[in-house]
Amino acid sequence: MKGGRFLRSYAIVYLAFLYAPIVLLPLFAFNAGSVISFPLQGFTTEWFVALTQTPALHIATLNSVIIACTTAILSTSLGMCAARAGTRYVFPGKSGILGFVMLPLVLPEIIVAIALLVILLQLGLSLSLWTVVLGHVLICTPFAIAILNGAFAGLDKSLEEAAIDLGETRLSTFRRVTWPLVTPGVIASLLICFTISLDEFIIAFFLSGNDPTLPVYLWSQLRFPGRLPVVFALGTLLVGLSLALLITAETMRRRGLRRSGRQDSGGFL
Amino acid sequence: MGADMAKGRVWAPDSRRGLALVSAPMAYALLMLAAPLFTIFLLSFWTQDFLEIDRSFHLGNYREALTDPIYRTLMLRSLRVAALVTLATVLLAFPLAYFVSFHVAAERKSIWLFLITIPFWTSYLIRVFLWRVILAFDGPVNGSLMALGVIEAPLGWMLYNVNAVVITLAHAYAPFAILPIFVALERIDRSLLEAARDLGENQVMTFLRVTLPLAAPGVLAAALIVFIPTIGDYVTPRLVGGSQGLMIANMIHAQIFDLNNRPMGATLAVLAMSIVGAVALAAIFLTRRWTGRKS
Repeated sequence: MKGGRFLRSYAIVYLAFLYAPIVLLPLFAFNAGSVISFPLQGFTTEWFVALTQTPALHIATLNSVIIACTTAILSTSLGMCAARAGTRYVFPGKSGILGFVMLPLVLPEIIVAIALLVILLQLGLSLSLWTVVLGHVLICTPFAIAILNGAFAGLDKSLEEAAIDLGETRLSTFRRVTWPLVTPGVIASLLICFTISLDEFIIAFFLSGNDPTLPVYLWSQLRFPGRLPVVFALGTLLVGLSLALLITAETMRRRGLRRSGRQDSGGFL
Repeated sequence: MGADMAKGRVWAPDSRRGLALVSAPMAYALLMLAAPLFTIFLLSFWTQDFLEIDRSFHLGNYREALTDPIYRTLMLRSLRVAALVTLATVLLAFPLAYFVSFHVAAERKSIWLFLITIPFWTSYLIRVFLWRVILAFDGPVNGSLMALGVIEAPLGWMLYNVNAVVITLAHAYAPFAILPIFVALERIDRSLLEAARDLGENQVMTFLRVTLPLAAPGVLAAALIVFIPTIGDYVTPRLVGGSQGLMIANMIHAQIFDLNNRPMGATLAVLAMSIVGAVALAAIFLTRRWTGRKS
């Protein structure tokens, strides 16, 4: 079909547009010239070596990993509560409450960031890694809920009922029946929340005080043209890490869908 | 009768359990979202003189925000940029969503969606910064256009202005627009399209009179999902916008961190949020009326 062929070429051009920046990134990360422009100057790994010799970067990385791990665990726990409540129970005010919990997904991040900053400052609290965690949990929870809704909605209610009829308690039913079935969804949610938190800039920029996260550190380096090749080397590593996390999360999500015997409806969102 | 009573007994503890479960995420959102939003709303009526905050009720911040040309310029520019980005993103995304939904085999759809979402998950800062490299005076776009002989000298209008902000944001939010449109297209009952063809409509008219109205809710969702966050974007205007491309989020940040005027920052945030809210409600209302009349 002619329309189909036209659309296919359009789709390929569009993908090229989407991937253009990511393809350029490693080119400059391995480029021997210290100026970010074409033509390329030859191959080098010196920018990656420079990464290992930057203590400020290591501190920022550690900060980011602490924040991302804590955020992933907290958001996924909150997400499990909401997803379980939303898919299994009927209660008054359900759609209003769930809609409110999902709200951070559609608010501009700057609004969330300054609202949190202002209340923390008015309360006289000092900014630290934990204030960033507070903000990140808020914006990651809706993503966790979206992923976990898929995992919990696929559960066959009669499996749990059978376990209870056979004498298990609610708690042991959850542990022995529900949990194994939703584990892939939980892992997907943990990975996605970790990825979002690791990459989040605005909230961290407003709330991190004197403990920069990785993106905040990156932002401070963008001002110095001489540091750019190192920044791009770091970016290449980050993109590689995100890719690995995403592919794992996607595999987990699909395994979860297969386990509950459902059709793949595609995508995380 | 007995069954009804049994059902009533089953529902009551069920709804209690549901509420108990949802109370944790709800409490978190109340504390970390509702309370802070209420605080900036209060703060927007106060004034700050150096470090002292005057807590008497004033409308002065709003008066200043609405009349001072610099705030008005930034707010209008943010609106214009968000509108342009939304238009560009949705128009570019629709054919792609249509392609994946109608022309890709069912078992390969999820791999296409995965491919589309991957760039979105990679470092936002670096992606935006790379557009500065791509659009630069000595960047690859100018380089290849000159090599091809399309232009004689590098184009200077691509970077450090509103154009660059629009291009970069249209790239950043592409997956947000594609996914909701795709979902809406997937929900369309294919037999309706066959029926339209059988009743003598040609391909174009079938698209305009059946596919497009049915996809409208997805298009609206896509437009809102792009419009709302872009109006408050901070990074892109700072990195590729130059001084002519700055937006309201940059001013909010400056008020709080550089000018030490938190109430003014709060006022601008409240205003931006109200505008976003009003536009979103208007868009939802208009689309409901439009699709309602069609069906």
